[in-house]
Amino acid sequence: MTTNTRAASYTTGSNHTPTIQFPAEHAHRSNGLPDVPNAIIECTNVNVYYNDFRAVTGVDLAFGSKEITALIGPSGCGKSTLLRSLNRMNDLIDGARVEGTVTFQGEDIYHKEVDAIEVRRRIGMVFQKPNPFPKSIYDNIAYGPRVIGMKASNMDDLVEEALTRAALWTEVKDKLKQSAFGLSGGQQQRLCIARTIAVKPDVILMDEPCSSLDPIATSRIEDLMYELREDYTIIIVTHNMQQAARVADRTAFFTALASEESGDRTGLLVEFDRTKKIFESPADQRTEDYISGRFG
Amino acid sequence: MSTLTPVGGPALVPGRPAVSLRSTRPRHGEAFMRLLLRFAAIVTIIITAGILIALLVPSVEFFRTVSVFEFLFGDRWAPRFADASFGVWPLVTATAWTSGIALLVAIPLGLGAAVFLSEYARPGLRKVLKPVLEILAGIPTVVFGLFALQFVQATLFRDWFDLDTGAFSVLAAGLVMGVMIVPTIASISEDAMSAVPLSMRQGSAALGANRMQTTVRVVFPAALSGIIAAIVLGVSRAVGETMIVAIAAGGQARIVTGPLEQGQTMTGFIANAALGDSRVGSLEYDTLFAVGLLLFLVTLLFNFISIRFVRRFREIY
Repeated sequence: MTTNTRAASYTTGSNHTPTIQFPAEHAHRSNGLPDVPNAIIECTNVNVYYNDFRAVTGVDLAFGSKEITALIGPSGCGKSTLLRSLNRMNDLIDGARVEGTVTFQGEDIYHKEVDAIEVRRRIGMVFQKPNPFPKSIYDNIAYGPRVIGMKASNMDDLVEEALTRAALWTEVKDKLKQSAFGLSGGQQQRLCIARTIAVKPDVILMDEPCSSLDPIATSRIEDLMYELREDYTIIIVTHNMQQAARVADRTAFFTALASEESGDRTGLLVEFDRTKKIFESPADQRTEDYISGRFG
Repeated sequence: MSTLTPVGGPALVPGRPAVSLRSTRPRHGEAFMRLLLRFAAIVTIIITAGILIALLVPSVEFFRTVSVFEFLFGDRWAPRFADASFGVWPLVTATAWTSGIALLVAIPLGLGAAVFLSEYARPGLRKVLKPVLEILAGIPTVVFGLFALQFVQATLFRDWFDLDTGAFSVLAAGLVMGVMIVPTIASISEDAMSAVPLSMRQGSAALGANRMQTTVRVVFPAALSGIIAAIVLGVSRAVGETMIVAIAAGGQARIVTGPLEQGQTMTGFIANAALGDSRVGSLEYDTLFAVGLLLFLVTLLFNFISIRFVRRFREIY
């Protein structure tokens, strides 16, 4: 009965566009880019190597603007490696190399004339372990705007705004001049998110941002991510499937293939779809096995 | 039917504690080690105190004859002349010139090398360059002294550049001494910078900072205590370095007013006079110790200043 009424209320809106729209989903594997409307970052046939070792192979993915996309999968499946290739953080690692194309708003971020520093300014990153600078809370936030020469009429306002958005302002407003190292792990991670927001990026990459935090701090970060989704595109790597199910609009499931001779594990994308679909009716058996806890 | 037999665990005997917590055998080795280490620590302190006393006793004798004021502010140093004069100022100016020139060379070069090795060089290059740098630190200073005298002063300054200078100059001694100190500053500050966690550099890069900004604003402040320690060690080596200045700076104690002049440093004077025939207990003999004490106090002062500086500005990670 209830389903009927719901369906009825849905169809009654035939004379105007329904408020909720579920775009048609496609099976997309090996058919090139998945169909994500309004994609801000697109990966086409991306391979990432560390010297001769191929860590990630043949990834086609698209990340929707102002959506949260989760990358899940067992350890060693290359999800963090892929994440780092989205803002050229792999450049800092010796021997790391990216093949294929990664575009941000249609522009190839690995093009010769593209400046990696400019890429990272637009695509910020929050790391697995909170990594505040050994500076005051204030200087941690002000660091980014200062180094990129942001024209801020009032740095104090900018710091306050970033800390407020990261739901940290009320906790730290009386100790802005104190060292960031005095904060708890969860606060440090929110500080790192605030620091990222302060440079006003378009995309925030999060590499297992809650893996070193307790459940309460984790849930605060998740709430925060949900609020940030209003203005930012978020791509999060997580080991925690519930977390992906809770926060993500879309989820990409990766798995690792072990090479027979060397035992090296190469990551590959198995399935990418709306989170609901991935968790409720995955198309691939491997996804279902992982989701239901049969391996991984 | 079957009785319950406890598996594992101590057998319980009534009236006795279940387990003994007393050690089963004496640990003589550990007691001996502790004694040995304590001995090493105490000997170090005793020797340091002994050196200080050996320095102080003749110095006190010296200052009974010569007033501290005359010693510190007199501008004529002639302890061996008939009309002896004990103004240490000429020696201080020579030391200031040689050390100052040395540090002007060593601090920028040393820190530059450290930044390159720690932040810019690929790991393979670093593996080659760092040992090479440390070999430079192992060259005996007398070799540097000869190099300063024969090549820098005689060939470079006088023959090639045709500079108006004599057989010795504080510039030649200072420049070569600077080169000698580079590896000390580079190696220690490179260690300090490499110890800064990679995650901080990544955090900085992810905010759109370039390598130089990351180095100057994140790595440098975090490694400050190590960098300052390196510089202070450099200062101590410059002020205390003897062989190079004894060979290349000159032997006449006169107030030095320019880099191309010759001058006798505090260490240079001690080295020269100690080789002479000053009788134990004579005023000339005590003079050596008074100069030595001054040298010691100058180094100590630098250490104190640097500790205060580091406490004030260090960013602890």
